[in-house]
Formats: sequence, structure tokens, C-alpha cells
Amino acid sequence: MSNPTLLKVSGVNKTFGAVTAASDINVSVLKGECIGLIGTNGAGKTTFVNLVTGYLKPDTGVILYEGNDITSLPSREITRLGICRSFQIPQLYNTLTALENIEVSYGIVSLSAHKESLFTKTESMIPGYGKNIRQLAEESLERFGLTAYRDKLTRVLPGGVRKLLDIAMAMAVKPKILMLDEPTSGVSTEEKFDIMQMVMKAIRKDGTTVLFVEHDMEIVSQHAERVLAFYDGEIIADDVPEVALNDAKVLKYIVGDKHSSSVPTGKQHA
Amino acid sequence: MTQQISLKKLTLLALPLLVASPWMPQWMLFMVTIAMANGLVGLGLMLFLRAGLVSFGQALYFCVGAYTTGLISHFFKFNEVLILLLLSALASGVLAFALGFLLAKYRAIFFGLLSLAFSMILYGLLAKSEALGSTDGFNIPAVTLLGWLPPSDLVRVSILWVAFITVGICLIFINGLIRSPRGLLLTAIRDNEIRTEYMGGSARKTIHLIYVIAGVLAGLGGAIAAIAVGHIDPTMAFWTTSGEFIFITILGGIGSVLAPFLGALVFGVIHTLAFSNSPNTWQLLIGSTLIFVILLLPDGLWSLTSKFKRVK
Repeated sequence: MSNPTLLKVSGVNKTFGAVTAASDINVSVLKGECIGLIGTNGAGKTTFVNLVTGYLKPDTGVILYEGNDITSLPSREITRLGICRSFQIPQLYNTLTALENIEVSYGIVSLSAHKESLFTKTESMIPGYGKNIRQLAEESLERFGLTAYRDKLTRVLPGGVRKLLDIAMAMAVKPKILMLDEPTSGVSTEEKFDIMQMVMKAIRKDGTTVLFVEHDMEIVSQHAERVLAFYDGEIIADDVPEVALNDAKVLKYIVGDKHSSSVPTGKQHA
Repeated sequence: MTQQISLKKLTLLALPLLVASPWMPQWMLFMVTIAMANGLVGLGLMLFLRAGLVSFGQALYFCVGAYTTGLISHFFKFNEVLILLLLSALASGVLAFALGFLLAKYRAIFFGLLSLAFSMILYGLLAKSEALGSTDGFNIPAVTLLGWLPPSDLVRVSILWVAFITVGICLIFINGLIRSPRGLLLTAIRDNEIRTEYMGGSARKTIHLIYVIAGVLAGLGGAIAAIAVGHIDPTMAFWTTSGEFIFITILGGIGSVLAPFLGALVFGVIHTLAFSNSPNTWQLLIGSTLIFVILLLPDGLWSLTSKFKRVK
């Protein structure tokens, strides 16, 4: 039995003056998929993430999530429905510690679960989670290997740790779809494979559907089950990595012919 | 981060003052009562500062609270202090709820100036209103406490006690609020509002909520001040009054819910001393104090408590 469609983007267009950021985008995302979004800078990957998460509104087209039209909803409502994202430049609360950053996320979940009650307490169990904010935040730190940074202010944390924290915060809302915008950008070459491994292990455990923007084709081929290749606001390839990464257009516009020998022809890693 | 206060600590702080109050000189009773009233407004401003906002018009709610008490006691001859306080809080809260729909959309200087504009509109209306005494205002008759009309030598003590109880209830409530997930959300909004929205949190609703709470606190402060002074006039809504509340909040800091009250007490002392020693240039001393605090104690006087703890 095939997985149900979770997200359906139909005929979406978005322009900024003379620049076309999204041109007739049509994508269906199935429940449980892990999709890599590739493309050169300005190809429309982040615009796609921004459109789905409500930061940008399309000029034309419809975005359906679980069959409901979310095209005109604000990002806050879209998050509450189950689509969350992380950011290319981590969006953290810089005057708070790592623990408090995650506590804010669970605090918002708790307020929402308690119908925004004025008397929601930090110690209250969050319905559906069975634990309180502190317990969940501590668990999240452990899950993402951040326990050592628990009480450090986030503004002093190294780039890789900030990325992990950003993703850990997004996971607090138990999203059905998680969109990761360049989870390894700004992270050293030595660190990024381990970070991606840890992120995927932590978020795929819950069966979360993942769409991640990535420039490193090795990481894409390691983790993606499907690849969406963007060029000039259009999707030029939508297939399994072995096929998409060897597509003539993808090789020409994104991967580059001279690098094609490094593009895998089959899944090399689990 | 904010120091938390327990009910025990609060009682330990308030009890000596309450016990000593019958032996305090009248001027001191008055000064402490006014400091409690100003501190309540500062408590609301502290919530704004935690969310990265400054209101230059909190005198609006201070004045609405004062005039609600004044109008009811003066024109309707109803003088029960607890009911007057409740009605003043209600009037300020309702106005803050209505204006909050607009104010909660704005941030930074726009929030500050819009709040200032509303307070100045009220000032203008009251100053032109001859039925309410125009710029002279009007006097407020003595109030009763649960039906008891205190004799003249006990008036100031009884008002101070009412102020203390009101402040105590507000402190417990605000302390709980700051410790709750919503309290942490205020700092989150200040640090990164976009991220907060992306987590499903509503910055606008949160700011609207604290706007109403701050309005209620200022209304209570205005009512207490009106009862203590026995007279109200439109300067209670004037921008310089709002400035004094900001001064008090910066002076105390936002490190604890007690900080605005410390700020208000110190402001009261400086104001009294400066005014009695130099009636024509007292603002000079107030201004110098503010410069001193901003340069040397940017986190306010309350930050001294943590410094003392570290030294110990």
C-alpha cells in the first residue's frame, strides 16, 4: 500500500520584480519521505521552503497539506498544523542558554496544549507528551548531543552546535514535515557528515517526513530517498538520487560536468 | 535572568514595614505609598522591557485609574476603597484591551510613540474638560476600608496597608507569570520574534496580553496615588509622568519583580530630597541620577543584590 500524500504543491509561481523565484512548481510529498532539495544559489530552494512554511505567499498556485489549503495561512498556523522548519542561519534566542532555547519551544507547545491559559505552569505536564517542559528540553539536548552546552548562552556556541540547536527547537513541535534549510552550511567538512548523521537519526526516529536543502551531493545521496533539483525557479528533476543526480540537466546546471565522476550512481550508505 | 521571589521572602520583606508603619512619620508613609503606586506601573513596564518594548504612555492608564476612583467617589459618593481599586483596574484593563488591538501590532519606537500619543489625547481631553476641573482637577473625599472610615491620624497608615496588600497580590501574580512559559516567551519575542512565530507562538497575542496586564497595574497604581494624594489632575496623563515611570523602571532594573518597587522607593527619596533642598533645580539631580545609573549600573539598582551575593 502506498503512503498517503502529505503535501501537494500545485502550479505555484512567485516572482520578485523581474526575478522568477518559483515557476510552475508541482510537487507531491508522501508521508515518511526524505527528500533532498538541490540547486545553485538563487535556484529557488529556499523560496520553496518559504512558500510551504508561509513566510512567502505565492502569486498563483495552491499548497495543500493533508488535503487542506494552507496557501494563505500565516507561518504560525502552518507550524501548528505540523510543518516546521530550521534555518540556514540558525534563528536562536541569543540571550538565553541552550536549555532555555529549547524550553521556549516546548513552552509554546505547552501554552498551545493548555489553550493559552494564563496559568500554564512550567511544571505542568504537556498533554500528548506526558512530560513537563524541563524534562522534554533535557531529553532533546541529549538526543541531539547538546548536553555539554546546556547552560551556555547560545551567542557563544560554535556554528555546528547552533545548527543542531536550531533543528532541536524545530523538533519540539513534533512536526509531521520538517524542512531543513542547509543543515550543514557553515559547518566544517569534518563535522558535517557526523552532524547530518546525528540529525537524521534524531528526527527520522519519529517517522518525520523530511525535506532538506543541501549543496553537498554526497550528503544528498547518503540521506535522500528522492531528489528535487531546482534551476531558475523550476524543478528540473524529481527522482531517486541515482537518477536525479545523473540527469543531464542536473549535471549541467547544478552538479557540474567536471564533478560528475563524484556523483554516486547508487546508494553507498545506509 | 530574573531572580525569583517566594511568598516567604515577600512576607519577610513586607512584615517589618507593616509592623513599623504606625510609628512612621506621615511624610514617610506618604512617600512609601506613592512609591508602591509608582512601582505597580513600573512592574507593568518591566514586562514590556522583557519583551523589548518601551511604553512612553503608561501614564494613560495611571490617569484612567485615578480618574475612575475620583469620578466614582466624587460624583457618586461611593468611597469603599477595595471596590474603587477593582473598578479602576477594570476601567484601565478594558481600555488597554481595546487599544491593545492596535498597539500590539507595533514594535520599537512606533509602539512607544503610539502609546505616548494616546496618553496625550487623554491629557488634552481632561485639560479642556471644565466639568472635571480642567487643569486644576478636583479633590477626592476620604475613603472607607470595608465600611470603616479611618480617623485622620490613621488615614495614611490604612492607605499604606491597602497599597501593600494590592502590591503583594500583584507581585505574586506577576512572579508566577514570569516563571511560566509565557514569561520565557517575552524574552524570546525580544530576542527573535520571527523564530517565535515559526514555533507557533503568537507575539501579537502575547504583547496584547501584557499590555492589558500593564494597563491594569497602572490603573491600580493611579487609584492608590489618587486616594493617597486626595486630589487628581490631568498631569497624571502628561508625558513627563510616563517619563518618571520609565525612570523608575530603569533605576530599579528588570532583574526581579521587586526591582521596580526598589526603583520607585529610591526615586521617591531622591525626589523628596532634591525638591526640598533645591525646589527650582530638582530635575537636575534626577537627571544626574539617571545618567549615573545608565553608565554605572545598566541593569539597574537591583543588579547590586547579585553583586553583593557574589562578594559574599
